[in-house]
Amino acid sequence: MNSQRGIFTPARNCVPVPLSGIEPVPVESLLDAVAALCIAREARIASLFAMKNGSAQVQIMAILADDQGGRLMIGTSLLDADSFPSLSAKCPQAQLFEREIAEQFGIVPAGHPRFNPVRFHHSFSGRDAWFRLEGQDIQPSVIPFVRVEGSDVHEVAVGPVHAGIIEPGHFRFQCHGEKVFNLEISLGYQHRGIEKSLIGGPDGRSIHLVETAAGDSTIAHTTAYCQTLEALGSVRQIPLRAMTVRAILLELERMANHAGDIGALANDAAFLPTASYCGRIRGDFLNMTAMFCGNRFGRSAVLPGGVRFTLDRDGVEELKRRFKNSFGDLEDAANLLFESSTAVERFENCGILPRETAEEIGIVGVAARASGIRRDIRFDFPTGLFSFAQIPLVSCDSGDVYARAFVRWLEARNSASFILEQLDSLPQDGAMGIPVQAPKPDSIVVSMVEGWRGEVCHTAVTGPDGRFLRYKIVDPSFHNWGGLEVVLKDELIYNFPLCNKSFNLSYCGFDL
Amino acid sequence: MIRVLKSRFKQGHRTFKFPDPNFPMPERFLGMPQIKESCSQCMKCLEICPVSCIKKSGEGVSIDIGACIFCGKCVAACPEKAISFNREYSLCASSRNDLVISPCMERKALSLRKEIRSLFGRSLKLREVSAGGCGACEADVNVLGTIGWDLGRFGIQFVASPRHADGILVTGPITKNMTLALQKTYDAVPSPKVVIAVGACAISGGIFRDGSEIRGGLENFFPVDIFIPGCPPHPATILDGLLRLIGKIKAGA
Repeated sequence: MNSQRGIFTPARNCVPVPLSGIEPVPVESLLDAVAALCIAREARIASLFAMKNGSAQVQIMAILADDQGGRLMIGTSLLDADSFPSLSAKCPQAQLFEREIAEQFGIVPAGHPRFNPVRFHHSFSGRDAWFRLEGQDIQPSVIPFVRVEGSDVHEVAVGPVHAGIIEPGHFRFQCHGEKVFNLEISLGYQHRGIEKSLIGGPDGRSIHLVETAAGDSTIAHTTAYCQTLEALGSVRQIPLRAMTVRAILLELERMANHAGDIGALANDAAFLPTASYCGRIRGDFLNMTAMFCGNRFGRSAVLPGGVRFTLDRDGVEELKRRFKNSFGDLEDAANLLFESSTAVERFENCGILPRETAEEIGIVGVAARASGIRRDIRFDFPTGLFSFAQIPLVSCDSGDVYARAFVRWLEARNSASFILEQLDSLPQDGAMGIPVQAPKPDSIVVSMVEGWRGEVCHTAVTGPDGRFLRYKIVDPSFHNWGGLEVVLKDELIYNFPLCNKSFNLSYCGFDL
Repeated sequence: MIRVLKSRFKQGHRTFKFPDPNFPMPERFLGMPQIKESCSQCMKCLEICPVSCIKKSGEGVSIDIGACIFCGKCVAACPEKAISFNREYSLCASSRNDLVISPCMERKALSLRKEIRSLFGRSLKLREVSAGGCGACEADVNVLGTIGWDLGRFGIQFVASPRHADGILVTGPITKNMTLALQKTYDAVPSPKVVIAVGACAISGGIFRDGSEIRGGLENFFPVDIFIPGCPPHPATILDGLLRLIGKIKAGA
């Protein structure tokens, strides 16, 4: 680790660092150091992005997370050329980040093994890494897909519009009979330009753009956003009342989605009782979020400095009553599934993601914990109420669909006891928020929250006027879509729905 | 097997009545906006509105619920308490202009093509296209298929191919990258077909309306039969819209 001294500046979750404290180093040294730490498993890439700092140069920012040590490392480099040596071949977790840098700023990671666009849009800077003209329409998923040739080999193309009520994405399978040789996923259909729109903020729209980064993770993303503004706005701590409501809402979001996923997995194994019960139970939990803010997805519930709503004593009692009923139903539905040998048989040994691979490609969240990696922001980099009240961390070693399903159920159980405990101690008086000052100029802050899918990581960089030079969002899906590609290798194509559901990744959170 | 039956007994029958005048909407739900005639047009609401859906017009201040994301900031910003939202979940309209709400405005009845009711009144098969949605509209359309809402009992079903469909239901602000896929899906649905826009994004672009990566507003592409506003619309709002479209809920009800 000593050799990296001087390249990285230590940082902590939600603690701003003045930009002047981060010394730019040559890009080769920065990327070599990133690769060395990732390969040694001393840290992993939480975020890696480019930005314009007002000068003509493009600046690279690398945010590494050392989970065991609970600390972050920030490194930066100013680019003089329009390319840099790619580190993806030796450090695969960088591959999407590098492609994203190329797409957004026209900087080419030289030697990248799969150099394709990520979201199919024109760059922020006018410079295009694929030499496409400014006015030219870009067609999504028009890329040289990996192809397998041979007399019995066939190709299956799925999407962008899928067969159910699902977001769009394109999947290309290379198959031999039912066996999948390779799956390549090409997204970008949901690209709404959120990061570009956030540059120059914060303004009245910023928080709403973040709320809709991934609609099913509204609380996680909005909390991450509010934490950046609070850190930059000299808020040391928000009131306990607001902190408690935020934590309850975050865990309710987790309960709703884990319940939905358990049902969806049951559905794909054709185990219909649990599938139909969980579909309804998920709605029950969403309705509990609506008890706070009127909206089932938690829109407008979390504000910079605190929360907009809380519940009075009667509201708390009513919520507890409904919560206990719904959790009882979930317990029954989940036990039914996990006691069913036919359903469990479908889950076991299906779509295995070995721990070593998960580490290598930088998997986060439920999928990481199901592969035996003990990685959870609530535990490793706690903020808000999680600094004081811990939720036991759940992990499983097998890395298969079963593990990803079972980890969800165990997490839902832990969240349930946490929610009930916190509802009992939800403060009934005191402020629901405190004023947040204008963001500190020339600073960088990293804010991470453990959403239900995994790590939501926001990085804000402010300029001399306190406005966002860059607001980088990394949804857990950005780390994890590669995991789905990996588990499909040599898997049978009819297991794809199960594998896909066991990750249940966001298209819009990836596409932004 | 006994375990499954026991569980079936415990979970019980959960399909609820719909439409139901006493449908339990969340207490803090924001439904139809209401603007008092006494509004002095100070326009503090417009300054704070993140989607600029509030306008000053001849008849006073108006709110376009086709763009509104129901954040409620205007309610808090109004010094005269002239804006409020009731808990009405029925918000759909058949014309884009009918979504612009002004003081003392009468709710317009839907004017729909006659053939919709005669052809699709008893069976409507829809293809859902998510064109840049954040997943929330999609989730609350999806939830209509669960046992509580039981969409199938009304003869409405989401199908897996546009060739099997009578129409499309679109969510999202129509990103550039989904434009072609949306057009192809529309073309693949046999005529006559219905087009349904669900959520602020599909109706107007919503929070993304000024973005460079979206094309916003389904009406820019196809004639839209029914607009269902919200961000996202509550499942009750969506189901109400679908049932009004096929005449299962009559005007005035």
